[in-house]
Amino acid sequence: MTDNAGLIADTTVRIFRELSGAARQEPLWNALEEAGLTRAWVPESLNGAGASVADGFEVLRIAGGNAVNVPLAETLLAGWLLGHAKISLPDGALTVAPVDPRDSIELTAEKKISGRARAIPFARQATHVVALATSAQQSFVALVDRKQCELSTRDNVAGDARDIVVFKNVAPLEIAASAVSFDSIMLMGAAIRAMQMAGALQTILDLSVTHANERVAFEKPIGKFQAIQHSLARLAGEAAAAIAAAGSAADAINTSLKFDEAVFLEIASAKIRVGEAAAAGAAIAHQVHGAIGFSQEHALHRYTQRLWSWRDDFGSESFWAMRLGQLVANNGADALWPMLAAR
Amino acid sequence: MAIQFDPIRLPPNAQALRAEVRAFVRQEIEAGTFDPNKGAIQAGHSAEFSRKVGAKGWIGITWPKKYGGHERSFLERYVVTEEFRVANAPVGLHFTADRQSGPMVLKYANERIKSDILPRITRGECCFCIGMSEPNSGSDLFAANVRATKCEGGFKVRGTKVWTTNAQHADYMIGLFRTSPSTKENRRHGLTQFLVDMKSPGITVNPIANIGGQREFNEVVFDDLFVPDDHALGEIDMAWKQATSELAYERSGPERFLEISYLLFELVRVLGKDLDVRSAEGIGRLVAQVHVLRRMSVSVNGMLQAGKEPVLEGSIVKDLGTVWQQQLPHRARDLTAFLDGDRHDREVFDRFLAHATTIVPKLTIQGGTTEVLRGIIARGLGLR
Repeated sequence: MTDNAGLIADTTVRIFRELSGAARQEPLWNALEEAGLTRAWVPESLNGAGASVADGFEVLRIAGGNAVNVPLAETLLAGWLLGHAKISLPDGALTVAPVDPRDSIELTAEKKISGRARAIPFARQATHVVALATSAQQSFVALVDRKQCELSTRDNVAGDARDIVVFKNVAPLEIAASAVSFDSIMLMGAAIRAMQMAGALQTILDLSVTHANERVAFEKPIGKFQAIQHSLARLAGEAAAAIAAAGSAADAINTSLKFDEAVFLEIASAKIRVGEAAAAGAAIAHQVHGAIGFSQEHALHRYTQRLWSWRDDFGSESFWAMRLGQLVANNGADALWPMLAAR
Repeated sequence: MAIQFDPIRLPPNAQALRAEVRAFVRQEIEAGTFDPNKGAIQAGHSAEFSRKVGAKGWIGITWPKKYGGHERSFLERYVVTEEFRVANAPVGLHFTADRQSGPMVLKYANERIKSDILPRITRGECCFCIGMSEPNSGSDLFAANVRATKCEGGFKVRGTKVWTTNAQHADYMIGLFRTSPSTKENRRHGLTQFLVDMKSPGITVNPIANIGGQREFNEVVFDDLFVPDDHALGEIDMAWKQATSELAYERSGPERFLEISYLLFELVRVLGKDLDVRSAEGIGRLVAQVHVLRRMSVSVNGMLQAGKEPVLEGSIVKDLGTVWQQQLPHRARDLTAFLDGDRHDREVFDRFLAHATTIVPKLTIQGGTTEVLRGIIARGLGLR
């Protein structure tokens, strides 16, 4: 991390403490934008804040720990793509398309964008879409005015927008050839979601421990019962695995110049393991909270519903596990240990 | 409580050492010192192998040079441990001494004993066992009741230890004995750790077969065993204060998730390159688990290297690693259920699977049961 890391983290914590969970999203978004956090991964020369990859991931961990419901992660990812294509960052919230390997967007001979992309996070709230379009195997990063796209609104289980975006011969505002492939978007996005989920798992652990120490039943705080202690120990283990996995993946990206096999192992493993931790961890947190945690009024569901949802973004556990399994099989049994032990 | 597992990477000197260890392992397999396929099934003990490892300088690697050590880092030790583990190398005679007994002696024994024993350990010539459990004291360590009664020049020890791995090979035991009754204020009071010469009169070692019929552990009976005063390790009656960092070493090592790694490697081999969706996903999920456990384990060893005492983190690694390993044989069995027996040579795999299925129950018992570990984690969370 850079020298700024502490300052950036403190600012992020403060903004979320004051503004997350509010009924309106604008104040939170405006504060994040004003602090430059939404521009973290764009060089200063392109209207960005020029923070390191590690700093950006730290912001995302804190955002995840506050069940972020504004397109902060998406704007960071979009900015990262723009930066690689040397396109200047516009004002406002951004999102990225496509984010599903079954979708593709085409750059036509007339330099127009055409295609359909599902489950685009926060498309409704975004002013621009950063699209990765292909033409004859070459990737292009295109900055598109969101109003030029057709939207079919969809929500995930947390109630956050995951819209279908249709591009019908849209003329992009900016376009540039890109060395970044669709695979890199999936990898970067998976690492981002893994980090957000790790943050959320830490929060549901904290909420659950606090609840267990405060809630009295059978004449003592329920946290004094061994059954509850062991459940919470398991939740801590799942949170720890998620924090270690996501932290290692982010560090791998921060210190590597390309998405090679070692980085793939880190990110795929993180998305798989964090997704598994999300399912197991959310179940324990709800069980420990009892009925109150199942109410709309209690904060717990803001985290658990996002944990469940984020598993689906940028490739599920099953998606990454299949790809990782195929890689391991293709390399052969004797190559598995050297790959695991490489760092 | 904010959980932290920093992304520690093995430094270049550790990875250079890995290449040396691999070359050595290859050479010893070719020379016939050990057979990795047999090593997977039989707890490996080889005096020849331990001596060769000692000659390489890979036992007591972190200890001071004046006691035969090499003053290298814990991360270098980590690499040696994991390479031998995945090779199923016969490290049984020196592993316990290297991991925990040697460091105990280094910390608590007097100069004469240190100068005598530590160099022998580093040469691979000295085997240790750990005398903790008793017929009426297992997870509840502080109920230990083998008595060490003060006598002229030392202590007389009477009683029985059980489930003592390697007692039949060991030159020494580090035993936990009762020197005083516990007190009302502190039920952990009154136990002392002793260095016991296993060749002394008054010790009987009786084998106990495990559920696979193998002799790994033993009953050790002390009948007026004499232990000299200077063989007490640490303060009399105060053993409960001494355990902390030792437990972090014991619990966070690569053996906690690589004990049956041979089964995962053989699973990948037997499934081959042409995987269906189910097998590919199954392999991917298993590899993700190993990768993350290894990152956690390396991270804890980084904390140890930095002089911290990551007892909570070590407990988490052991809990997750052993529970996961316990599921591995059953996952491997599921994933091979539809293999065509004519197309796939699964003889080795089936042998490994049968063995792993039988041994995995012990993983969540030895070195701290799951229940004890979760109690430690709960305390770390502020629940106890």
